[in-house]
Amino acid sequence: MLEINQLAVDFRLQHHAVPALMDVSFSVDPGETVALVGESGSGKSVTSQAIMGILPTNAEIRSGEILFDNPETGQRIDIARLDPESAQMRQIRGGNISIIFQEPMTSLSPVHTIGDQVSEALFLHRDASYQEGLKLTEAMLKHVGFPDPARALRMYPFELSGGLRQRAMIAMAMITHPSLLIADEPTTALDVTIQARILKLVRELQAELGMALLLITHDLGVVSNMADRVVVMYHGRVMEAGPLQQLFGDPQHDYLKALMHAVPRFDLEPGERLVPVREIKSEAGALIKQQPLDQVADAGAPHLSVSEVSKTYHLHRGDWFSTESRELLAVDRVSLEVERGECFGLVGESGCGKTTLSKIIMRAVTPDQGEIIYHDGSRAIDVRALDNSALLEFRRKMQFIFQDPYSALNPRMTVFDILREPLVVHELGDMDYQREMTTELMRLVGLDPRFLNRYPHSFSGGQRQRIGIARALALQPDLIICDEPVSALDVSIQAQVLNLLKDLQQELGLTLVFISHNLAVINYIANRIAVMCQGRIVELAPRDALFANPVHPYTRALLSAVPHPELSQPLNFDAITEGAASEPGQWPVPFTIDGLTPTEFMALGEGHYVRVASGSKPSDLAA
Amino acid sequence: MLHYILRRILTMIPTLLIISMLVFVIIQLPPGDYLESHIAELQSQGESVDEQKIQFLREQYGLDKPMLQQYWYWLIGMLQGDFGYSFEYDLPVTEVVGDRLFLTVLISIATILFTWAVAFPIGIYSATHQYSWGDYGLSTLGFLGLATPNFLLALVMLYLANVYFGTSIGGLMDPEYIDAPWSLDKVLSILEHLWIPVVVIGTSGTAGMIRRLRANLLDELQKQYVTTGRAKGLPPGKLLRKYPLRVALNFFVADIGNLLPTVISGAEIVAVVMSLPTTGPILLSALQSQDMYLAGSFLMFLALLTVFGVLVSDILLALLDPRIRLGGSANK
Repeated sequence: MLEINQLAVDFRLQHHAVPALMDVSFSVDPGETVALVGESGSGKSVTSQAIMGILPTNAEIRSGEILFDNPETGQRIDIARLDPESAQMRQIRGGNISIIFQEPMTSLSPVHTIGDQVSEALFLHRDASYQEGLKLTEAMLKHVGFPDPARALRMYPFELSGGLRQRAMIAMAMITHPSLLIADEPTTALDVTIQARILKLVRELQAELGMALLLITHDLGVVSNMADRVVVMYHGRVMEAGPLQQLFGDPQHDYLKALMHAVPRFDLEPGERLVPVREIKSEAGALIKQQPLDQVADAGAPHLSVSEVSKTYHLHRGDWFSTESRELLAVDRVSLEVERGECFGLVGESGCGKTTLSKIIMRAVTPDQGEIIYHDGSRAIDVRALDNSALLEFRRKMQFIFQDPYSALNPRMTVFDILREPLVVHELGDMDYQREMTTELMRLVGLDPRFLNRYPHSFSGGQRQRIGIARALALQPDLIICDEPVSALDVSIQAQVLNLLKDLQQELGLTLVFISHNLAVINYIANRIAVMCQGRIVELAPRDALFANPVHPYTRALLSAVPHPELSQPLNFDAITEGAASEPGQWPVPFTIDGLTPTEFMALGEGHYVRVASGSKPSDLAA
Repeated sequence: MLHYILRRILTMIPTLLIISMLVFVIIQLPPGDYLESHIAELQSQGESVDEQKIQFLREQYGLDKPMLQQYWYWLIGMLQGDFGYSFEYDLPVTEVVGDRLFLTVLISIATILFTWAVAFPIGIYSATHQYSWGDYGLSTLGFLGLATPNFLLALVMLYLANVYFGTSIGGLMDPEYIDAPWSLDKVLSILEHLWIPVVVIGTSGTAGMIRRLRANLLDELQKQYVTTGRAKGLPPGKLLRKYPLRVALNFFVADIGNLLPTVISGAEIVAVVMSLPTTGPILLSALQSQDMYLAGSFLMFLALLTVFGVLVSDILLALLDPRIRLGGSANK
């Protein structure tokens, strides 16, 4: 139905043309799913834009053809030769080929209602009266799983969660029943459980409407669960293409093999390292001292203990005449202890309170109650009681690595200034020391010190994240909180950064608190793992115990929703249900949290704890 | 939302109070008062001064009282609609101001409408045809408009209007209508004269707005939701109107609060050059001669206009943007 032959696309820069696609050929048959795999910059998105005729203005199709069989007219059209603004192309766009974009946040207009935006394509391409259109839109919203579609018609995107926004995007793309749907990283920004539900939904709709799906993703787990055929792209070229079974069972090309080794999996051997596509070398210099664990005076005490911490947000929203206030319990009496030198994993879906908790520990957010004790080896520090000067001193012990490497670095400061800033703030050393230190920090994260006078924009996402790590290490802290440090990175880069963090932890004797929504990543890096849901820790266990024997229904739901890149472990789409997994009120007894029954941790031995109703016995868990 | 508007109106009260204090202090800052400068003027003209009369006037207007007390009387008076007495004109302030206030408001509103009518299409054209010859040409014109001093433009325009259209120089109407009762001819005469000050005052504001609108629209055109709209197969014109322009309107409306003070303060100087019967020339002379109640009332009026403009733009913004109307807030 879609056939791309030797497509080449150039980007015109100031004086020369940079090829974005070279000699790309593949085809999509009616009703089938083709996955386009590659890291960012490989040309997958440009390919989709070329098919849709929405290439940026500085891009140009140099040669090749994009043949599309229009089922409506029965004609075969070469999209590459069509004027992108012609009436014929506009008819195809949105009418016969639709696209779902990656970012549900920015892909919807903030000032138009969901109903308006979803129905728009329908009114453009199909003959429908206003009333019929609204009915069809409502039906489509219901179909993609909106709990109250009639209300959703009048809601604005910012009133919806990320998952619902992505559903609105899907409804928008499907409303005209296109024969080809292009999904550009449709689930990358979503949590695993929502991802599984969206994937299930797309499969169902695809089967029902008989449409073809071109799935663009860098997540091999998604590919192995969705695709019939796979096209692997790298640097604007197709590296390898073929049926899923053949490619994943017996990858031929080095690039695909390398990609598969870089993905964290659950069945890694103990001590097995990920192999990044591009390895980096880290060197520790003389200034960055190691802290041997056995020399710490009071090594027995937990490095960080958090007890009974709670935080409630008061939300106000209203319309012209009324304001309703709502309380959101972001963190609910959370207690945990982090041992010295371990990597403590905190896993949960977005909105579960893990970031709020990390900010409370850093004293960036003030909790309503609770105690945070940091043990620096000789004495216990009550973090909440620190005054301003003591807090400044304390900052040298605990540092933070941020999620988004793009917004975490000031674009107007050179890397040298960025790395030096913590030293300046804390008045450490003279200029010579600071220069030497920044050089060592760069080497430590495997970057060339010659890049020190560059600005952040000349670095890739992975390199920026490494700069962020170097900045966190500048003060030589003992404990670092990493808030989703790899979630914004490609799989190939992810392995690089994970290995770096692992090595640094070993070499410098760091304690890490690692926050992530990705279970495979947590499995790779953490020693002990706490699972958070709706502000509460529901299960806490050493890594092996958690993955071998998950007890809590929420942990189980999370684990079952992870798509594995192995063909032998397909997702069980039938088991994926709407919503129940993350609703504490719907968990089976004795796990139910309804706000009435008090709950407590039940010890299952070997450091494995699970939250159950008070007074439950281990035998209750069997059911 | 009603809460929001009410809160906004309530915050206007302390704002205006603080402005009134500032205004009063600034007027009082130069040494002496109206009577002293009046005496100096009389003496320089070789006239004798009746000490007793001066003393009498000083007592009558409370000029010998402490500043705080004077401020208090002025404030209370204004709340009751009594804006004080102009020494220079020997008339209550309200009578001196009269028509002039109306004409000032008329010119300001006409200027704002002119600014929008010109800036809007040019800004959109420049943004959608970025780096084209049209964009470059209009940008050059815009920079010229920004750089030309208002008073120079005023003189040039006056000359041109007089030579080519035979419009009388200066003023807002033909001389025979000054102080004449309102009639259709008078209105027509005002309209005939109005366009010159409007263009003069509006030029730099228009040029600035074109630049800002262009920059804002360029930002919006890059946004992902525009691509989404394109991917639905929307025709370019409708796409532009429905999405980026709609969002860029936010800025446009938010600019109203900014526009009013610029237009009015820009108008003062031009009004002197063109001898317009607006508030500008009076304000200037009142400030020079320390005619404190007249100057103070003017400044307060300008402040009120500005604060009100901001309120209007806030309410319009809430109407336009659901994120402001419906959006929640969370306390940290």
